Amino acid sequence: MDFGGINPVILIATLMASAVPILMAALGEAVVERAGVLNLGVEGMMIIGALGGFIVAVETGSPVLGFVGGAVAGALLSLIFALLTQVFLANQVATGLALTLFGLGVSSLGGQGYNGIKPPSTTQLLPDALADLPVVGPILFGHDWMVYFSILMTAVLWWVLKSTRIGLIIRAVGESHEAAHALGYKVNRIRLMCIAFGGAMAGMGGAYVSLARVPQWVDGITAGAGWIALAIVVFASWKPWRVLIGAYLFGGITVLQLNLQVAGSAIPVEYLSMAPYLITILVLVIMSAGRKANGAPAALGQNFHASR
Amino acid sequence: MTRPELLRVQGITKAYPGVVANSDVTFSVGEGEIHALLGENGAGKSTLVKMIYGLVRPDSGSMTLRGAGYQPSKPAEARRLGVAMVFQHFSLFEALNVAENVALGMENPPPMRELAAKIRAVSEEYGLPLDPSRMVGDLSAGERQRVEIIRCLLQDPELLIMDEPTSVLTPQEVEILFRTLRQLSSEGTAILYISHKLEEIRSLCDEATILRRGKVVATCTPRERTAREMAELMVGQALKTPERRLGAKGEVALGVSDLSVDSPIPFGTSLKGISFTVAKGEVLGIAGVAGNGQDELLLALSGELKSAPDRVRILSQPVGDLGPVERRRAGLVAAPEDRYGHAAAPDMSLVENAFLTAGVRKGLTKNGFVDWAGTRKFAEEIIAAYDVRTPGPDVAARALSGGNLQKFLMGRELMQGASVIVINQPTWGVDAAAAAQIRQSILDRAGEGAAVVVISQDLDELLEVSDSFAVLNEGRLTKPRTTEGLTMDEIGLMMGGAHGMEVAHHVPA
Repeated sequence: MDFGGINPVILIATLMASAVPILMAALGEAVVERAGVLNLGVEGMMIIGALGGFIVAVETGSPVLGFVGGAVAGALLSLIFALLTQVFLANQVATGLALTLFGLGVSSLGGQGYNGIKPPSTTQLLPDALADLPVVGPILFGHDWMVYFSILMTAVLWWVLKSTRIGLIIRAVGESHEAAHALGYKVNRIRLMCIAFGGAMAGMGGAYVSLARVPQWVDGITAGAGWIALAIVVFASWKPWRVLIGAYLFGGITVLQLNLQVAGSAIPVEYLSMAPYLITILVLVIMSAGRKANGAPAALGQNFHASR
Repeated sequence: MTRPELLRVQGITKAYPGVVANSDVTFSVGEGEIHALLGENGAGKSTLVKMIYGLVRPDSGSMTLRGAGYQPSKPAEARRLGVAMVFQHFSLFEALNVAENVALGMENPPPMRELAAKIRAVSEEYGLPLDPSRMVGDLSAGERQRVEIIRCLLQDPELLIMDEPTSVLTPQEVEILFRTLRQLSSEGTAILYISHKLEEIRSLCDEATILRRGKVVATCTPRERTAREMAELMVGQALKTPERRLGAKGEVALGVSDLSVDSPIPFGTSLKGISFTVAKGEVLGIAGVAGNGQDELLLALSGELKSAPDRVRILSQPVGDLGPVERRRAGLVAAPEDRYGHAAAPDMSLVENAFLTAGVRKGLTKNGFVDWAGTRKFAEEIIAAYDVRTPGPDVAARALSGGNLQKFLMGRELMQGASVIVINQPTWGVDAAAAAQIRQSILDRAGEGAAVVVISQDLDELLEVSDSFAVLNEGRLTKPRTTEGLTMDEIGLMMGGAHGMEVAHHVPA
């Protein structure tokens, strides 16, 4: 069952895996932005996570510890952002951009000596008997644990933001920090925790690139995935399930265009390479167009200082 | 009538850099008593109640609640001890629904469904109907306040603090609120009621503490005092009522016909078929509860919102499609409500701010360059004429207090010799003496032949300055009427009565 040399079952199975880094980073950023903070440093946090995860996995031999290491590395970098914007009230846009540049630089430095090493492999979670089932096997059961974890996180975040008190408080802080403060919520502390969470998610997403997708360490390994994650958050109207759709769309087209390149398509390679970015943004724009209130948190990007 | 003492505030002092907000304030509130805190803007009322609610810590002094020491370190603690507060600027979240907003103000909210049922029950018990699933952004100001009040009532408070609750309500809504407050009081809930509206306090409150510049200057029983006596205690000087110079009304200077524009503001109100004319020498007062299209009307008149050319006419010249600069050239100046960011650029100096709107009409440019000497002179003239308290004209607008900046901005528009003047909230946040002065200069401009539109939520102010009176309600303007002989009841009906409370609507004949 192939179409022009492309097997749809393999395509779907691969896109789910290839979407994991963006999905994780975008979910984290969605929470951060729901709390009213615009952290443009996603790319930087991802690549630091990719490096941190890689180093920990190589040194300990455990891929799971590697992902934990990636999360910690991303969270630590995000705390720099948190310190600057929440304590010293620095401009969030400039700080976020600086964070990305910083992350790229530091990862390039720290990654010296890790080139060409193969990390311990992240293996399939479920037994082969399930994964070998026709059609549903590769799509539903043939993945490593991070794929399931990213889908689980989508569901958990959707539920937390929609129905729990902590989710309500996060949304309230992002909607009006003045009002939240008047009710006695610690605006900057809540935001700080959200930023650290977003950093951990981006770090895990980055670690997935270096430990499972590539898997090795190369300079600039995340290749702009953080920026796509940022765009997906906006066009997904800050809603977790839509973030998942956006990430899968991007992952799908990335995989598809690679397959097309391999299959020797008549379309020039350059166009195929830009297709995932272009189509994802187009589709998300169309999805979010026409609705009057697109649900942006009202206090997004504004620093809060309790003056009186 | 003696009541057991509930809250006692003893010698509270709080200083901020450069200003003493409260100095040695002492008063007490009895159980079930409605106690007024009376004072001008900046008298320290808000700081005082923030300390009682645990948002701000006093520098010195002590408080007791039911005889026990009371030092809340955060609002949650105050709420647990039975103190609840309804804020002046509502602490609500527009993009969340009523039940979510209520839940955010509670310590241990029940599950949403139970909470919604409770909200319905309480709102009916106190005659404040409210649908828990509605988005707060879609509610009227009166309904929003109900959300706040119900949020407090669900916690069975012993002391309810209300910070200027009536400033955004129609007269009918005020009546409903007072009925609720009296019911609460009779059930034993004490209410600390902050206001500078004297008649309200006389009709509602049992006791009053009057603050001036952070100090208690008097304690009285409001029913036994006249409003004027209390006003003079509050201001500390005799008050002057603005006098009106009766000029003959001239030809129409500003004409608006069938103006409909969509609101550019999220959760804003679109204007629907607005028509009115203002003659030279006439002051048109436009009342209405906040959020009924005031901001949009100002934008449409100033030129920030454009329409078809003949919808807005200045001195018979169609200007509907012109922007603010062209309209200023044609003779219309406008002063928006938001001082920090709309009427003024907060981080620029007063001189620069003077140039921003007066550059065109005062001819402050030469060959494309700013005439700084001339601009500075103009700024200094404003500062002198309007008694703006500032170290000099080079100070950033942000550094001025709200009232002082307001005086400067009013002066800037009023001194440009325009033939049409549009002002939204001319005296918002300004002390009584300065407010009287601003009103006087509005009347003076009209006396000199300018057509003036004053948009305000302060009915007393409108009745004082305006010749004709109209009301904005959900983006529609009522037909302007002569101000003379209007009663509060009639105005209330023009304002649409109590929002969401009317069973029968008036059907146009």
